[in-house]
Amino acid sequence: MDREALLLSLRLAALTTGALLLLGLPLAHWLATSRRRWRFLVEALVALPIVLPPTVLGFYLLIGFGPRGPLAPAWQAVMGSRFPFSFGGLLFASVLYSLPFAVQPFAAAIAAVDPRLLEASQTLGASPLRTFFRVTLPLAWHGILAGAVLSFAHTLGEFGVVLMVGGNIAGRTRTLSISLFDQVEALEYGGANQTAAVLLALSFAVLTLVYALQRRPVLQWPGR
Amino acid sequence: MARSLTFDVERRFPGGPRIRARAELPLDDGLVTVLFGPSGSGKSTVLRALAGLDPEARGTIRLAGEAWLDSARGWVVPPRRRRVGLLFQEYALFPHLSVAANVGYGLFALPRRDREERVRVVAARLRIGELLDRRPAELSGGQRQRVALARALAPSPRLLLLDEPLSALDAPTREELRAELRHSLEGSGIPAIVVTHDRVEAIALGDRIAVMVDGEIRQVGPVQQVFGAPVDLAVARVIGTENVLAVRLVGRHDGLAAVRAGEVELVGVDPGGLGAAGTEAYACIRAEEVVLEEAPGAPSSARNLLAGVVTGRSEEGPLVRVRLDCGVPLVALVTRPGAEAMGLVPGKRVAALVKAPAVRIVGR
Repeated sequence: MDREALLLSLRLAALTTGALLLLGLPLAHWLATSRRRWRFLVEALVALPIVLPPTVLGFYLLIGFGPRGPLAPAWQAVMGSRFPFSFGGLLFASVLYSLPFAVQPFAAAIAAVDPRLLEASQTLGASPLRTFFRVTLPLAWHGILAGAVLSFAHTLGEFGVVLMVGGNIAGRTRTLSISLFDQVEALEYGGANQTAAVLLALSFAVLTLVYALQRRPVLQWPGR
Repeated sequence: MARSLTFDVERRFPGGPRIRARAELPLDDGLVTVLFGPSGSGKSTVLRALAGLDPEARGTIRLAGEAWLDSARGWVVPPRRRRVGLLFQEYALFPHLSVAANVGYGLFALPRRDREERVRVVAARLRIGELLDRRPAELSGGQRQRVALARALAPSPRLLLLDEPLSALDAPTREELRAELRHSLEGSGIPAIVVTHDRVEAIALGDRIAVMVDGEIRQVGPVQQVFGAPVDLAVARVIGTENVLAVRLVGRHDGLAAVRAGEVELVGVDPGGLGAAGTEAYACIRAEEVVLEEAPGAPSSARNLLAGVVTGRSEEGPLVRVRLDCGVPLVALVTRPGAEAMGLVPGKRVAALVKAPAVRIVGR
């Protein structure tokens, strides 16, 4: 089995999940609480990767950020490297692709928090940020964890976007699923079997965790 | 300290009712104003607007000269800067926090030691000192109410707002906690506005009352005055109880309680929990429960027989509202034929009969 690919996949999944927590939580909070009329537009945009073939997303990213893309200079300026075939580009694409898998459970969990608790927090002098960390997050954490775990698993097994944006460079963009594809192409069924088994086991473990988390009705949170 | 809360708030619900509430309420320390009205009259809407929780509310709100809302000038003070203590109908305690953390929630600006000290003081005053390590799920309804009140009081708000504070409790607990809540509010030294649709609660908790009908505040005044002299028919219908007499407990025996209002002694059913003789209370009698007879009357099963003089009358469809002076003012609602047969005109001497179960005694 390609150990380097496994590590790369894990690293990509972990960083993607971290980025999704940072970006997805505010976005989910907005989706769960906003009363703007055009909210549905943002919802549809976030959900797009669920129905879109990953190759379509990858294609547009290449058009936008590729060597002659209109956004290429901006990417170069921020990241100091080119977008295609780089780990940074891969990470960016993964975050976009896994966005709905994180944001939808986040938003559902945040929306399930009793709005009167948030109002109580406000009347007691707490700022919106304080209310979020002291009330929303502790009461929604199982949904948020489920979303994080789900996007981790989703990134671990992604194939199409990686192939389009990252290509197949060992140690930089060759993830486990690409490695599996390589092994099958080279008729190395032994290695392919191992790789596939690792992906299957990881995915199953992660989903088991997600469902176990959702089953737990009441949580015990430390006193203060 | 003479302060007041003035507001003129409008809230439109799409395709629904329109609330337009205007009032000036004095807010002396410890003074309790009841916002009273039937369900759907807009009481809670007004309360939420006062707390700043309704972004759709328009108009003006001022507390002691400080503007909280002036939508014409685009001015809104967010709820967290109004320093109001809000008691929610179902209490809305934070389920993931202990009682101590709930009570201390609004004290985050204090250093830890001061915060813990303040939590202890407030908890002791509301008799929840034993419960500080528990979670809300482990509390009874009455305990939850005390914790919610402690949480609202802990940061020393300028104004307390209570939304149907007793409605989440079962009937026996409600009876028990009514007087206790009144004492807590009185003792807090913080002016309070209590929303309720229950007239017994209004009488037991309030010093003053503002009556809401169809989204408008129709009458504001001392509880007794408003109950005794509703300004219009709508208010009279809503408050239902015309006769509210300030009384002192004389004694209790055989499940009955004797009370005295000036020279007049009344007997009612003992509601329990009144305290010793001399305790202040209210006796409430609905006008339709007062029977009028030619004076002097024959022996009757009614326990209360008051001699008096008719002072006025007004026609209400098939009924006549008769005002009497029986040593205390009393209003009776009788049928028009009944009134004609007795010749009920001002100056006529009559006897008013009220059965003891119709005299509702409400402790203070």
